Amino acid sequence: MRRRYPTQDHPLLRIGLTAVAVGVIGLFLLFPLATVFSEALSKGIAAAWEALKEPDARSAIRLTLLVAAIAVPLNAVFGIAASWAIAKFDFRGKQFLTTLIDLPFSISPVVSGLIYVLIFGLQGWFGDSLRDANIKIIFALPGIVLATVFVTFPFVARELIPLMTDQGRDEEEAATSLGASGWQTFLHVTLPNIKWGLLYGVLLCNARAMGEFGAVSVVSGHIRGLTNTMPLHVEVLYNDYQYVGAFTIASVLALLAIVTLVLKSLLEWRYADEIAATHRH
Amino acid sequence: MSAVGASRWRNPSALPGFGLSLGFTLFYLSVIVLIPIAALIIRPWSAGFSGFWHVLSDPRVLAALRLSFGGAAIAALINAITGPIIAWVLVRYSFPGKRILDALIDLPFALPTAVAGIALSTLYSTNGWLGEPLSHLGIRIAYTPAGVVLALTFIGLPFVVRTIQPVLTDLSREPEEAAATLGATRFQTLTRVVLPSLMPALLTGATLAFARAVGEYGSVIFIAGNIPAVSEIAPLLIIVKLEQYDYAGAAAIGVIMLAASFVLIFALNLLQNWIGERR
Amino acid sequence: MSLVVDSVAKCFERFPALNGVSLTVPQGAFLALVGPSGSGKTTLLRILGGLEFPDSGSVHFADLNWLEVPARQRRAGFVFQQYALFKHMTVEKNIAFGLTVRPRHERPARKEIVRRVEELLTLVQLEGLGKRYPNQLSGGQRQRVALARALAIEPRMLLLDEPFGALDAKVRKELRVWLRALHEKMGITTVFVTHDQDEAFALADLVAIMNAGRIEQYGTPADVRRSPKTPFVAEFLETGPQQNATVQPRALNGHS
Repeated sequence: MRRRYPTQDHPLLRIGLTAVAVGVIGLFLLFPLATVFSEALSKGIAAAWEALKEPDARSAIRLTLLVAAIAVPLNAVFGIAASWAIAKFDFRGKQFLTTLIDLPFSISPVVSGLIYVLIFGLQGWFGDSLRDANIKIIFALPGIVLATVFVTFPFVARELIPLMTDQGRDEEEAATSLGASGWQTFLHVTLPNIKWGLLYGVLLCNARAMGEFGAVSVVSGHIRGLTNTMPLHVEVLYNDYQYVGAFTIASVLALLAIVTLVLKSLLEWRYADEIAATHRH
Repeated sequence: MSAVGASRWRNPSALPGFGLSLGFTLFYLSVIVLIPIAALIIRPWSAGFSGFWHVLSDPRVLAALRLSFGGAAIAALINAITGPIIAWVLVRYSFPGKRILDALIDLPFALPTAVAGIALSTLYSTNGWLGEPLSHLGIRIAYTPAGVVLALTFIGLPFVVRTIQPVLTDLSREPEEAAATLGATRFQTLTRVVLPSLMPALLTGATLAFARAVGEYGSVIFIAGNIPAVSEIAPLLIIVKLEQYDYAGAAAIGVIMLAASFVLIFALNLLQNWIGERR
Repeated sequence: MSLVVDSVAKCFERFPALNGVSLTVPQGAFLALVGPSGSGKTTLLRILGGLEFPDSGSVHFADLNWLEVPARQRRAGFVFQQYALFKHMTVEKNIAFGLTVRPRHERPARKEIVRRVEELLTLVQLEGLGKRYPNQLSGGQRQRVALARALAIEPRMLLLDEPFGALDAKVRKELRVWLRALHEKMGITTVFVTHDQDEAFALADLVAIMNAGRIEQYGTPADVRRSPKTPFVAEFLETGPQQNATVQPRALNGHS
């Protein structure tokens, strides 16, 4: 006891603080997660399975996958382009550009949906002309994709910008001086260096794209079997008191979150140096 | 732009692809982010400033804004207390299951907000696992402002923990040892030496948590009960206005939320500069 | 009031840092622990300061079982290699820290603390810099703040870990002379760790040459120089610090 190191806490303090931490994590994080699965299975596995096979549920799953399949690659390409411009070149306004790229993170999801309604909605900027041309953006797939792209906009870029800045330009300059073209340099020199960081960004981007609720909720119109993504379908079922159905879809989303967290932890642990871990999330 | 002009705003480089990558970046940024945001900023003034003011002076709108900002502030405060404790435990102590606990911290980032929302709502409703025992104590959380604060605390927790954790990991133990050799008790060392060195990270984390909570929607609406002027948050009111085709009203609230985002980004930048200077 | 170290041994994960070290330091002496990185000198110093505990052996100081006294009650002024100043406090606050954390009935009045801080600032030749923050000072100035902070608690012994390690050669020489003069004035038993034998021999009353967790030779600088007892000491005296410092891999010196 007397020979405790001066940087060690008293055992009672240790136990007390650990109890607080475990308590908060348990009550706030673990309990809600457990609730999702337990509610889904409250009427047995068969009921949950039936809820998944229901046509509206399947169409929600299909729509969610489709939206992510469009939004994630778009933002990945953008992330690569933005980080190439920002990390490999010096120009004025770079810091400001980086701040602008992060902007969607600071904006309420509902506002993120609202901005597109104000442009493409019935009373929006292009509302009349779109109606005349019979093009539907709001309450249809394009609107959902736009809102999803907006909220997941910075994910890949903010992973890659610090990573590529850290890596410097030496290797690319060497490749260029050896006669490699821009694409060759990117494919054979840059990409191998950033692949784990890129994967990390894509992983987080995808999780958010599939799980986004607020922004999509504004632009979707909640048309069952048509414009409901999985999170929206969860809401519809829950408000209809179809708890097993709601929590079954929620379980699928929760599983997605858990898989994402496991992969994220694995990447952080295995490739810590290659994903600029100081700039997590 | 002339060649001379170009060389003044960017340094020459041997690498290719600057025009293409920056051009695409700016185009995409403008189309997806900047122009739509501009559309929002312009919108509420169609009826002039008085129209804007009329929307905001509605008691229901005021109550919603107060709840969103006030609830976010209380939640950030709660996280500013529990966050450092959790970070300290995760960095300085070792115990079985720590890795899993550590990974769980990110759950509010990864779990879709609607899922969190229905889970919290079920858990804290009067017949839920936690709501029932609490109701016997006379505490009601679901469908009250307390429920809003609870959901906002949930959503903000990782911001504080994850900002403090790396700072704590890198924190040299020598100042703590120095404090001990100078006669400080462990408590004095923690409050006068360790905590002040975490302060910048704590402020940053709490601001991030606040910023996220102000605009939060999905995890809140299920547990809030959404009683106008009592437990109705500002983002929900935007949706209500949109459903009534009151675009200007929705945009007015949206502009206020957007302005708050800008102020918070600015505050965070100031914080970062201040931290940079202290190094 | 002498400091008696007897058969102290300490292992870090199987790597022996101290291998049965014994020495006696008379009251008021200035002792230098010299040796290459990884020789155990810093570990010994940290044991004296209460920051580390030996696996076996004993330490007595002023008739106290020194190992049973917690670090915060030892009043051993410890100066760290990287100074370990409190970055968020001004120079004044740093120096006053040891006085302000005392229990209320032992704590000097505020005016008295201010007076003592002024006195110490003069002593370490930093008058007028009290309101600065550590990052606004040069390395040599930070070093002197660290020393003033350690002196503020009226230490029973002074423990200095490579105090000039991070400074350039010129500042180093100046501070060396100044430290010696300070020691003459205060007369506090001082233990001083360095890998630079010139520094050790120029400053100390006694030197202990350490290697691989053992004391190779202990005596006055003149004695050690005149008759090196072991081949290691002879070689160490010849080759000087730079070579010695690089012979041992840096990785081994968790607490060198």
